[in-house]
Amino acid sequence: MSNAPSSKLPALVPGLASALVWGAGQLINRQAGKAAFYFAFFAGLVGWEIASGNYYAGMDFTPRGNGGFFIKGLWGLFTLGTQSRQMTLTGLSEGDNSITLLASGLIALLVLALLAIIWIWGIRDAAAYRTALNAGGPRESSAAYYRRLWDSAFAYIMLSPGLVLVVFMSVLPVLFVILVAFTNYNRDHLPPKNLVEWTGFDNFGAILSGSAWTDTFLGVLAWTFVFALVTTVASYALGFFQAVLLANRRTRFPRVWRSIFLLPWAVPAIVSALVFRSMFNGQFGPVSQWLVDVGLTDDRIYWFTDASNPNLARAVVLLINLWLTFPFFMALVGGVLTNIDASYYEAARMDGASALQQLRHITLPVVHKTVAPLLILSFVSSFNNFGVVYFLTEGGPDNADYRFAGSTDLLVTWLFKLTFETQLYNIGAVMSLFIFLIVGTISVWNLNRSKAIREL
Amino acid sequence: MTKIAERAAPRTAAPAARRRKSTRREGLSTALIHLELIVVAAIVIFPLLWVVGASLSPGDGLGEVSPFPSEATMAHYADLFTETAYGRWYLNSLYVAVLNMVGSVVLAAICGFVFSRVKFKGRKAGLLSILILQMFPAFLAAIAVYMLFLNFGLLDSLTGLALVSIAGALPYNIWLMKGYTDNLPASLDEAAAIDGAGRLTIFVRIILPLMRPMLTFVAITQFTLPWMDFILPRLVLQSADKQTVALGLFNMISSEYANSYTTFAAGAVVLALPITILYIVLQRYLVTGASAGAEKG
Repeated sequence: MSNAPSSKLPALVPGLASALVWGAGQLINRQAGKAAFYFAFFAGLVGWEIASGNYYAGMDFTPRGNGGFFIKGLWGLFTLGTQSRQMTLTGLSEGDNSITLLASGLIALLVLALLAIIWIWGIRDAAAYRTALNAGGPRESSAAYYRRLWDSAFAYIMLSPGLVLVVFMSVLPVLFVILVAFTNYNRDHLPPKNLVEWTGFDNFGAILSGSAWTDTFLGVLAWTFVFALVTTVASYALGFFQAVLLANRRTRFPRVWRSIFLLPWAVPAIVSALVFRSMFNGQFGPVSQWLVDVGLTDDRIYWFTDASNPNLARAVVLLINLWLTFPFFMALVGGVLTNIDASYYEAARMDGASALQQLRHITLPVVHKTVAPLLILSFVSSFNNFGVVYFLTEGGPDNADYRFAGSTDLLVTWLFKLTFETQLYNIGAVMSLFIFLIVGTISVWNLNRSKAIREL
Repeated sequence: MTKIAERAAPRTAAPAARRRKSTRREGLSTALIHLELIVVAAIVIFPLLWVVGASLSPGDGLGEVSPFPSEATMAHYADLFTETAYGRWYLNSLYVAVLNMVGSVVLAAICGFVFSRVKFKGRKAGLLSILILQMFPAFLAAIAVYMLFLNFGLLDSLTGLALVSIAGALPYNIWLMKGYTDNLPASLDEAAAIDGAGRLTIFVRIILPLMRPMLTFVAITQFTLPWMDFILPRLVLQSADKQTVALGLFNMISSEYANSYTTFAAGAVVLALPITILYIVLQRYLVTGASAGAEKG
């Protein structure tokens, strides 16, 4: 099969041919099977567009009226619809639903992007094969090519179910949120009643330009940082302390204590948080009642609803969250402690180090080295901790200076309220991007320090 | 404990020998340690004891319950299944939990194996995208999923909920499985390949059994997650007969019209008990699994 090509065709010719009609270059290269493979995708693309559109002879083409999945999709993505719903003589007319158009356009764009990869692959294949032929390389039959493809495609075939799921359930929504951040999709512009429009950076401007939105954003952001930092440091400190106590040789029944202390970690957080919510209920809760009974306070304390005392609510939220988070660190540090070589301590004792010095110079550095990456992880997950605040306080007590946020609201609970309760989808989308930016920066920084990225 | 107390408080102020003094100090610190342990244990246990007590207390209101009811009653547990839709919620949660567990384990095992053991074009880009995706908090996608489902009329499906939660946790789970598989000796699959085993056979017969500890971790976390998850089901599910336990419990306590606190307490106990036992029994797997994820990035 090593006969030279009949004429020395420049590699550009089959490449260009494949760019115009998929597979044409392969046909010029006399690889019919391969040509059919690429052409099938081309035919699929065109066929899908025609079948889903409204094409007929003599039509007066408009993307809105005639376009199929791809052309109408792209048109919708750019314009977000042009015809709003109107009252006509025959009743309510069918208007454009901007958000459906936006989402279908996005899906069309994703499918086009995937097809573009195959298109470029086909062009490169046609040109590269011709270059190899011109240089006197052997011919490869389509069958041999398929076999090679099948071998190397093992990975892609195995990954495809996961890939499809992630693309449509994670990547698509993420892209969608990014796009919504640049629109005015909110309770005043709800499709199908109204059209949504592209507004550029208006939403970002609204949040950052010094209005009540800015105050809310900065206030909530600051409290979120405090919440995440205090939670991480305090739960690590308390967890470390408890683990060291349990590892002490004078402690009796360490396993019993350990199991008890693990309970807050094992009990679902939603249950514990809701129980604490009722215990700290101002009107009927047992904690307020007990304080009155004992005589420490004259009146019942409204822990989570007293707007004049937001810091009380914040402090209680932090304490309850400490209750929830310290056991995990205790278990973690406990595991590290059992692996520290006893000879370190013996050597230290011989040098006359006190128990405190041993703790400071042996235990702490060893534990810290293992636990440090988890501290970043814990910070990030506290930053995104929806449950505790929402279940305990639902963001309260009310804060008159904030927009749709209470004094204990974290960025995520505020985001939830913006989306779900007040239907300010565009502002919520901008908040999502901010959160991603902050969390992403921390994670990338953390990643760069770890080995993981270099081992890819 | 009594022995420690005796040692901690010697009455005699005799001229203390050096040895005696150090025993005394040791006894004191032992007593202090146990005092601290008791205080922390009390703080840990009290709220849990209180909710169990509340579920057994007669009456309805939050103000009437006590941690040690004098006349304990199981009536609220019966009410849970006769007067609320708790049974329905429980089955819904179970359905989502099983689907979420099976889907996550299968996909994470396959993808983790491929990323760890197979060389292919785009592997590096794929791993990088996984790393970026796992940083994107799941609820952000959840909010977008809500907007998308709302406009396409896909809301209110339990299977949809399970698919979204599988996808949300998948990047992290793949990363976890890939890291774990990297540490399995490559000589095993090389030997099998020499014996003529295909890649699929190597995966099923050799790697999969070795993955078991990490798969257990993924299975437990993904099975328990839907029982406790709130934000995603709250966004995706709407009708009354599609609620999950977590949603139902939250509505029981936050709604102004529901005033049976004791029934809520019973529901909380029924939800918490199996998960708590599972976590305590399997704590070793769970703690090592969670720290392995962090070490790998």
